[in-house]
Amino acid sequence: METFLQQLFNGLTLGAVYAVVALGYTMVYGIIQLINFAHGEVVMIGAMVAFTIITLLANSGLPPVAIVLIGTSCAIPVCMIVGYALERIAYRPLRNAPRLAPLITAIGMSIVLQHVAMMVWSRNNLAFPQIIKTETYDIAGASVTNIQIVIVILCLVLMGGLLWLVHRTRLGISMRATAQNPRVAGLMGVNINREIAITFAIGAALGAVAGVMVGSYYGIAHYQMGALLGLKAFCAAVLGGIGNVPGAMVGGLLLGVIEALGAGYIGDLTDLCAVPWLFAGLAARCAAGEHISLFGSNYQDVFAFLVLIAVLVLRPSGLLGERVGDRA
Amino acid sequence: MPHVKSQSHHLMRSPVLAWVGIALIAVALIALPFALAQIGTAWVRIANLAILFALLALGLNIVVGFAGLLDLGYIAFFAVGAYCYALLASPHFGLHLPFWLILPIGALVACLFGVLLGAPTLKLRGDYLAIVTLGFGEIVRVFLNNLARPINITNGPQGISRIDPVSIGGIKFNTTGKVFDLAISGPMKYYYLLLIVLIIAIVINIRLQNSRIGRAWEAIREDEIAARAMGINTTQIKLLAFAMGASFGGIAGGIFAAIQQFISPESFVLVESIMVLSMVVLGGMGNIWGVVAGAVLLSFVPEILRYTVLPVQNALFGRAIVEPEVIRMLLFGLALVAVMLYRPAGLFPSAVRRRELAKADARLPA
Amino acid sequence: MTLNGRLIIAGVSAIVLLGACGKEEPKPAAKAAAPAAPESITIRIGHVGPLTGGIAHLGKDNENGARLAVDEANAAGIKIDGKAAKFELIAEDDQADPKVGTTVAQKLVDAKVAGIVGHLNSGVTIPASEIYNQAGIPMISGSATNPQVTERGYKVTFRVVGRDDQQGPAIAQYLSAERKPKVVGLIDDATAYGEGIANEVEKTLKAAGIKVLPREKGTDKTTDWKAVLTKVRRGNPDAVFYGGMDATGGPLLKQSRELGMKAVFSFGDGACTNKMSELAGPAAEGMICSQAGLPPQAASKKFLDAYKAKFNVEPILYAPFTYDAANLLIAAMTKANSADPAKYLPELASISHAGATGKIKFDEKGDRKDAEITIFTMKGGKIEPTAVLQGGKSTKFDDFIKAAAAAAAPAAPAAAEPAKDEAKK
Repeated sequence: METFLQQLFNGLTLGAVYAVVALGYTMVYGIIQLINFAHGEVVMIGAMVAFTIITLLANSGLPPVAIVLIGTSCAIPVCMIVGYALERIAYRPLRNAPRLAPLITAIGMSIVLQHVAMMVWSRNNLAFPQIIKTETYDIAGASVTNIQIVIVILCLVLMGGLLWLVHRTRLGISMRATAQNPRVAGLMGVNINREIAITFAIGAALGAVAGVMVGSYYGIAHYQMGALLGLKAFCAAVLGGIGNVPGAMVGGLLLGVIEALGAGYIGDLTDLCAVPWLFAGLAARCAAGEHISLFGSNYQDVFAFLVLIAVLVLRPSGLLGERVGDRA
Repeated sequence: MPHVKSQSHHLMRSPVLAWVGIALIAVALIALPFALAQIGTAWVRIANLAILFALLALGLNIVVGFAGLLDLGYIAFFAVGAYCYALLASPHFGLHLPFWLILPIGALVACLFGVLLGAPTLKLRGDYLAIVTLGFGEIVRVFLNNLARPINITNGPQGISRIDPVSIGGIKFNTTGKVFDLAISGPMKYYYLLLIVLIIAIVINIRLQNSRIGRAWEAIREDEIAARAMGINTTQIKLLAFAMGASFGGIAGGIFAAIQQFISPESFVLVESIMVLSMVVLGGMGNIWGVVAGAVLLSFVPEILRYTVLPVQNALFGRAIVEPEVIRMLLFGLALVAVMLYRPAGLFPSAVRRRELAKADARLPA
Repeated sequence: MTLNGRLIIAGVSAIVLLGACGKEEPKPAAKAAAPAAPESITIRIGHVGPLTGGIAHLGKDNENGARLAVDEANAAGIKIDGKAAKFELIAEDDQADPKVGTTVAQKLVDAKVAGIVGHLNSGVTIPASEIYNQAGIPMISGSATNPQVTERGYKVTFRVVGRDDQQGPAIAQYLSAERKPKVVGLIDDATAYGEGIANEVEKTLKAAGIKVLPREKGTDKTTDWKAVLTKVRRGNPDAVFYGGMDATGGPLLKQSRELGMKAVFSFGDGACTNKMSELAGPAAEGMICSQAGLPPQAASKKFLDAYKAKFNVEPILYAPFTYDAANLLIAAMTKANSADPAKYLPELASISHAGATGKIKFDEKGDRKDAEITIFTMKGGKIEPTAVLQGGKSTKFDDFIKAAAAAAAPAAPAAAEPAKDEAKK
């Protein structure tokens, strides 16, 4: 039971990270049905900028929390500029183009951003300064750190803020209007270019926060860290129903938990020694206390993708999604 | 269809000219490796990779370009073909089947995997299909990487080495041979083999595109519901697209394993799928020649940059200001962006796509 | 037909012309070099490793090691065949991709390099070595640990790093002898390197009668190890071995302590760096790890100082090995008095060289003969050598140094001789 609880906490933290990155994907998708494949790189830039600022201030004597906040508040505007630039350079000129054209420009921009980051921050693995002291708490036998708790809470707060922004503010109304029908929204006096640019900037700001989260939790930053994170978060967004804010949240948390439980339990579930009558030939080895698992934690990604595929086969537009893109 | 017809009519108008053109191209293609070898045998190898990628791009084009189904896990079929060859022609299992026997087996197995992927995704569209195919690609790779225990099938991340080179009629393809005093190196032999396979693949593709099946794919791509209303069995036709596309990947994979003589799962990562997709999109989805051009271009450009970036920097500034490998990747990324901005439907868009683009002009004010 | 025939001739001649143009390209360089200094020859040495991608930092580190050796050789004014030798390092990026690796290998063969230092990854080294073997160009890898690299009977393939099946048993032996664990957890990163070394550790531990938990795996990009670690924690191991690099090993170690694990953590050479303490913080204290050969701080302080002076950074991991590899090529050429691969290859195969990673001799496969494996322990944020294993025998590091110093006293003149020879020339 402790192990299960521990895996649940592990999964929730990982899932919260995915969720915040997924929010960035889903915001952009929600308004122009475009997957911003370069979003992972925005997260990376966020982590890198924060890394630089926090390293600079690490010995300044300021309270650690203040340093991290300063780092984050420097990362956010940089990422917003990057997000805006992405939209202007790579996506806006292609709004009427075939759907796969922006995919290629996104890949191109990813390569460019990665290698610019490589020039600025070197190709080394950067050790993110661990200035906030890690405290470990014991909750019913499971260990949880203060950073984990902050990540999960921050993730919930960000989603709440985003929901409020989309549903309760003037900006949100015009964003939703743009999403529903850009031409009519334009006729109604909504400056749709502005709305779309703002959406990109907000998505990028979320990416910056995610970058700082990842950096301070795992203690490492690298110029290619965005690729895998972006991919997983994209899966999370699709799992929850892309374009849907609570969907990204649900998808992210679920994906994290699935991965953790997968890593934790696939081995036990496929242990051939658990069914000795089926594999008599292995009896001797099993009796010696060995476990012969067909699959192990190495299949955690397979497990996660299988769940994803199963969900999509049953609900072709994700858990909370509604609309379906029609063409490739 | 009128567009395609009119083009072929145009060519048919003067058969002599057409034959002369074909002969010229044939001579150029035959002589190409000798010219390339003068610059360096490395360029023959690059040409081989370009043809290999052209095969992959043609296969993916069936799925993405013809049938309009976005596939982000295409490299899985390449992997399946490569592993088929590696397992059946290496000391790993002690099997050494001949090349011409394994190639169809690889194609068939890849074909089965295509159906395996197609079956659960029939209802999915657009981005949801993309993510499932992406997952499929990763699942295949993870299995290849881990099927070393409890029973060793793929040898895991260590990969399979000492794979047999292609050997047809006693001619080994990995060594230099002589024809009338003309030294023909291993990569050159593979070039001719690949060229023949590519020509066959192009012919098959052209025939497919103009066939009943090809028209059915196009119908599904344009409007699935209407296609079904017209009596097209969309399930079968979609599965056929996945299966046909996959078998091209399987064949390319088999040849790849033979050329490299070593394969490991790290050659079949997601980035490769994205690379092949980029070739298809950049060249012009749905247009066979465009797709081949895309593959050749994206294979050659990074290598040309590899050879030129350092000398150019030395000539301009007298020394390397930015490390060549960095600027190479930067230029490659920028080139992708620039081409798509300049030609959003690809370098050589298919006739149908071109029409579509013109129609969609006023959909969203830019 | 006649028309076609003419066209063919025209086409062929055009291509021949093209070919001729292509041919001329390399010539000017050779000509320019020749008349300028008639008494000098340019010897090209290739270095290949990933300079972009996830382990680009290691690729660059390797390149730096080889570059240092080449620059030192140029400064030393080595003469080969009576001419002043100018060594030129051609550094290439193989992106850790086997496809690119073979293309680049061919490029170096085309450029007529005299020898190769590289590649970094075993998975790229194996297909690339096929090409070097056909061209007869010697290749020394400073970091490819997969046994298959040298198991295919190629005469020109060498490596100066310890094989998985040399290193794995060594660290496992040390772990079982010194820490006497009852249960050991094994984790790897599912790469050729990580899995390979973990398999060897598992074999040795099992042979010693130690219980080994079911293998757990992440990937070489995994940052979140908590799920895997939680599973390992359930088996209550006294020690854990991780096969993988420091980029993943650091977070792994940090997270294990967050989960309250008390086990001793041990690593192979991929995670035997000072980076571990940066990445894992105080959690890294007390970890043990192994490196092939002798640590540069013991074998050659000179290398460390020179590297720092030249590149303004500390060597990361394999730089001493690629430094040795390049030096071995140069030493063999000097001895054979020729940069022709066919001529200096026998010298290389029978060489005995005191390098930055200790004494290097090759066995008939091209692996290091009687390789020492050094065990390190993390103390105060730095890895410190604690023991040296050689031929299954473990010696405390300090004792080993003393013994080596005692043995070196009579051997010193012999070691100094080549240096004198060079000076004479």
